[in-house]
Amino acid sequence: MAFSLTEYAKDNVLAVQEYSALSWRALANLFSKPRYLGDILQQMDVIGVGSLPIVILTGFFTGAVLALQSENSLARFGALSFTGQVISLSMVRELGPVLTSLMVAGRNASGMASELGSMQVTEQIDAMRALGTDPIRKLVTPRVAATMFMLFFLTILSDLVGLLGGSVIARLLLRLDLNEYWTSAWQTLRYADVFMGLIKPVLFGFIIATVGCYYGMSARGGTQGVGRATTQAVVATSVFILAVDLVVTRLLMVLLGPI
Amino acid sequence: MSETSDNGTAKAVVFEDVSLRFDAQVVLDGLSFELEHGATKVLLGVAGTGKTTILKLALGLQRPDSGRITVLGEEVTAMPETQLFELRRRIGMVFQESALFDSLSVEDNVAFRLNEEKVPQADIQQRVLEALRFVEMEHTQKLFPAELSGGMKRRVAIARAIVTNPEVLLYDSPTAGLDPVTSTTIVELLVKQRDVYKTSALLVTHRLQDAFTMATHYFNKEKNKMIAVPRGWDWDSKTSFLVLKDGKILFEGNAAEIANSRDEYIREYLAL
Repeated sequence: MAFSLTEYAKDNVLAVQEYSALSWRALANLFSKPRYLGDILQQMDVIGVGSLPIVILTGFFTGAVLALQSENSLARFGALSFTGQVISLSMVRELGPVLTSLMVAGRNASGMASELGSMQVTEQIDAMRALGTDPIRKLVTPRVAATMFMLFFLTILSDLVGLLGGSVIARLLLRLDLNEYWTSAWQTLRYADVFMGLIKPVLFGFIIATVGCYYGMSARGGTQGVGRATTQAVVATSVFILAVDLVVTRLLMVLLGPI
Repeated sequence: MSETSDNGTAKAVVFEDVSLRFDAQVVLDGLSFELEHGATKVLLGVAGTGKTTILKLALGLQRPDSGRITVLGEEVTAMPETQLFELRRRIGMVFQESALFDSLSVEDNVAFRLNEEKVPQADIQQRVLEALRFVEMEHTQKLFPAELSGGMKRRVAIARAIVTNPEVLLYDSPTAGLDPVTSTTIVELLVKQRDVYKTSALLVTHRLQDAFTMATHYFNKEKNKMIAVPRGWDWDSKTSFLVLKDGKILFEGNAAEIANSRDEYIREYLAL
């Protein structure tokens, strides 16, 4: 079949429409009964507790490498003592939320897409609808709620572990005073930084779960389709997170004023 | 049942001038038929004639391009998805590939709808056991779908569909790909459901012998098995046939009528 620009545009607009409808219903379901608390808790365990090792490792090494890099750049200006502040601001405002989200996206958006995708191609989603249960309420809403909630705390943890990683390098390689490192790291933070750093994971959590579930729910064409959905979910989530990050950072900078 | 259609007789399922196409392919073309309460209609036709689609349309899992579908007096085609969930609880469906939830045990699969309806746990256990006993699968309660054979999965799927005593049952090729012995077991279950619980049903099948078995057998409660209706018995199996071709109804009638049909396509189909 020849490539048709109109068809291509139509398909994409339809996909955006379906994604928006799914996201809206997933959120709206939180405010009406029945709520699947058991499923939400189970997903919190899978997404939150399950992602702990990967988030801790990522945070630690990011903080550590930031400290190393700052030796290079800050030393040129004779400002090595600012290491704590640089790591603190970078981790809390940007790297903590974004890297944690990307890691959780790689692990969980793919998991959601493959799990729901398998259910879709084996008619389990249709069976659920046939049994009178809304699959969005039963499957998507708990994942969205759990990811938004858990990513918030995972990010806090990642920020802390990142500062810890930075402190290890600062002490062992840069020979900086730990007390000074932690004090400057702590004192440089303002509420606006923390606010920005903690609003992002909530948004990114929403993106991870809705995009992962959307690709899963719209998987077609057997196991191959599930594989495709899984890959697309990770790619789309990652790009979406980075794009939204740019917009949200700018927006918050304007809203919260110059820092 | 109190639901009645315009002509005053009770109907379980009514299709009125239903059409559906996927891209350029016509799947259903102005299809109309009715299913009486307590009756079973067997949908026949070669693969790709839209038999499964009819079941999915009746449940509202798919939407037609035009036409009206009424199930248990409610117009499925006019209801949004959120309202359909209520209606679907009164209908049971057995999917072709069983579609059991593979993360749940057999017990939890059968109990799914009861759990959703917040039925007390003791009651759920009792009803799940009854439903599994009906399909002779009570020993598999703790197993997972991956541990079951194809025939066993179908039987669990039937148990899951009947556990809430639905008013209408939709069977999608419940005997496809099974050996003759297992198929007969499943047909016996369908006959039992029809004769003991008087459930209205739409049955999609490729196996003609199953369809004829349904029309010529009745369920004997004392002996707990299905028995061929003796010749000369005045007994209505309430089982009729509907043959589809190119999205239209080619034939509608009972077992004797289809067996004596002079239509070439049907004769060829029956000879297959």
